[in-house]
Amino acid sequence: MLRFFLKRLATIIPTVILASMIIFALQQLLPGDPAIALSGEEKDPEVVAFIREKYHLNDPLPVRYAYWIGGVLHGDMGESIRLQQPVAQLIVAKFPVTLQLAVMAMAIAVLIGVPMGVLSAVYNGKAMDYTANVIALWGLSTPNFWLGIMLILLFSVQLGWLPASGYVPPTENLWENLRAMILPAFVLGNSIAAVMMRHTRAAMLQVLSSDYVRTARAKGLSPRAVIVRHCLRNASVPVITLGALEFGALLSGALLTEQVFSIPGFGKLMVDAVFNRDYAVVQGVVLCTATTYILLNLIADLAYFLVNPKLRRS
Amino acid sequence: MSDLSSPSSPAPSPTGKPPLLEVRDLKVEFADADSVVHAVNGVSYTLNEGETLGIVGESGSGKSVHVLAMLRLIPMPPGRLAGGQVLFEGRDLLTLSDAELRKVRGGSIGFVFQDPMSSLNPSMTVGRQIMEPLQLHLGMGADAARKRAVELMDMVRLPDAARRIDQFPHEFSGGQRQRIMIAMGLSCRPKLLIADEATTALDVTVQADVIELVKELKREIGMAVIWITHDLGVVAGIADTVQVMYAGRVMERGPVDDVFRDPRSAYTLGLLRSLPDLSAPIGQRRRLTQIDGAPPDMRAPPPGDPFAPRNRYATPRCFTEQPPLVQPPGAAPGHLAAAWYDLPALIAAETTP
Ligand SMILES: Nc1ncnc2c1ncn2[C@@H]1O[C@H](COP(=O)(O)OP(=O)(O)O)[C@@H](O)[C@H]1O
Ligand SMILES: [Mg+2]
Repeated sequence: MLRFFLKRLATIIPTVILASMIIFALQQLLPGDPAIALSGEEKDPEVVAFIREKYHLNDPLPVRYAYWIGGVLHGDMGESIRLQQPVAQLIVAKFPVTLQLAVMAMAIAVLIGVPMGVLSAVYNGKAMDYTANVIALWGLSTPNFWLGIMLILLFSVQLGWLPASGYVPPTENLWENLRAMILPAFVLGNSIAAVMMRHTRAAMLQVLSSDYVRTARAKGLSPRAVIVRHCLRNASVPVITLGALEFGALLSGALLTEQVFSIPGFGKLMVDAVFNRDYAVVQGVVLCTATTYILLNLIADLAYFLVNPKLRRS
Repeated sequence: MSDLSSPSSPAPSPTGKPPLLEVRDLKVEFADADSVVHAVNGVSYTLNEGETLGIVGESGSGKSVHVLAMLRLIPMPPGRLAGGQVLFEGRDLLTLSDAELRKVRGGSIGFVFQDPMSSLNPSMTVGRQIMEPLQLHLGMGADAARKRAVELMDMVRLPDAARRIDQFPHEFSGGQRQRIMIAMGLSCRPKLLIADEATTALDVTVQADVIELVKELKREIGMAVIWITHDLGVVAGIADTVQVMYAGRVMERGPVDDVFRDPRSAYTLGLLRSLPDLSAPIGQRRRLTQIDGAPPDMRAPPPGDPFAPRNRYATPRCFTEQPPLVQPPGAAPGHLAAAWYDLPALIAAETTP
């Protein structure tokens, strides 16, 4: 177990380094010149030159990469040209917001999608299955921003139960924070729940028709015991894979949903940075997201490991 | 058809007790959108306490489906029980409540399935899989069940049981997994053990070991056994009674010696002729003569004797009318066959032209 973990961890480091290089290189493809973008209306050549000098924009690419990565390793991800604020500080401020939203959305997706998938597989072809599939289709085909607006109209404008927008940090007032986050989390979780339901259903159908499930039934186990003891664990692998992927996507910031609900998360930070050629911020956010993705993959691997005894012994 | 020879009114066992299992006119179908597979077409037979029945027949002849259907273990849908009764200790398993049926499954009827790799749960230790029926049917606590599971693993001669009980199926060889399946099937000391191709996946020496083991356990526990195989040699080694199935029907059945010595169905004869003569020295063994042709399409079973199209002894009547399963003239008691033709006479006519 420990050896497996260390081995996986060792492969992660080169992956992260490679990812950082790619991020840095691709960044250079962005059209436009940050120095010009920043130099104001007049585009005074002297100012432009000064900015170029200050941010090492004249140095060759590898040198600039070395400057950047060296800083990152010391916790210095550079400074936002636009906001005049350290990138690390911005990330530390925005990441928890996005993380909370992602965790809540994921919890909602799992709580809706997995039981629905299990039930629709168990009642394959029956009314329950059709109902679940119709709900899933609805969840898949509803654009997030539209659902968000509709929910705001219903719960905030019509019923007045929830705030229409505005983020409250949980440290300030947890209850208000949850009230502000529940609708965006539901909007995000809703579409993932639909995909999750489909995956769970497919995995469960496969397991339900397996020989060992027949063996379990031939032992006299009740349908419930067969599902709980013999099916869920074996059906969980594809669901874990999907969960890790979707969670990673959520962490890179749900732009439209954050926009609709005015949540100050990664999505907004990222878009503002791209439009303003705020290189350091874009790099920092993407690096942070990529690292999270890679870590999530590791967590998914560990989960497989716990689910599949074959991996555990070898 | 006289009442005496009709399989649906069986003779009681020599001890005078009612039979343990009585299958009456069992019919099973699989239906999809545009066709119906008639997998089992009116199978009837009885099994006495302690009797070992060997069921043989080519693949697709309904052997597995008919035993699975008895315990309602076929997937439904697409499968459906199209008729019949399965009386086990006097109760019809096909109409029993789900809760009552679950007490029979794994309790008084144990199952051993083909393909021991896919039939064991890959993510559960073998110990827990053996313990499950013990806790369920015998109400054992975890400790008692675990102790008993070790004993069962010892009984099926898995070495080092106390340590290996916490291992997973993939850590055992094919033969060992089959033994684990047998330990599971036997765990609650069933009155009937149904083994479906339990040795087919194993190599010959392991196969012989497992069969020896089952015979030994049978003496110890005294259960009845239904042993499904397509290997007549295995049947000869283990069974009291043999039943030959084809196209979802019983073609012939009776005491093993009588059926093998004096087959009355051309299908049985074909199976026997495809068996190598193991008594002859290696090199001089008679070449296998496979039965020509293929089994019928069970979506449209032939109206008469299902084997007729492949049978060179077939009479015109074989193609139009189904022969009943009756005791043929001159056959030993309990020897039944479904054939319009007189096989011994036809063979005799062939050898002395
Ligand atoms: N789940 C199923 N769906 C459709 N047809 C099936 C199913 N299971 C078995 N059958 C059909 O039932 C017939 C009998 O199969 P089976 O009892 O498995 O034969 P065998 O004698 O080899 O054990 C075959 O024609 C097979 O195709
Ligand atoms: Mg079979």
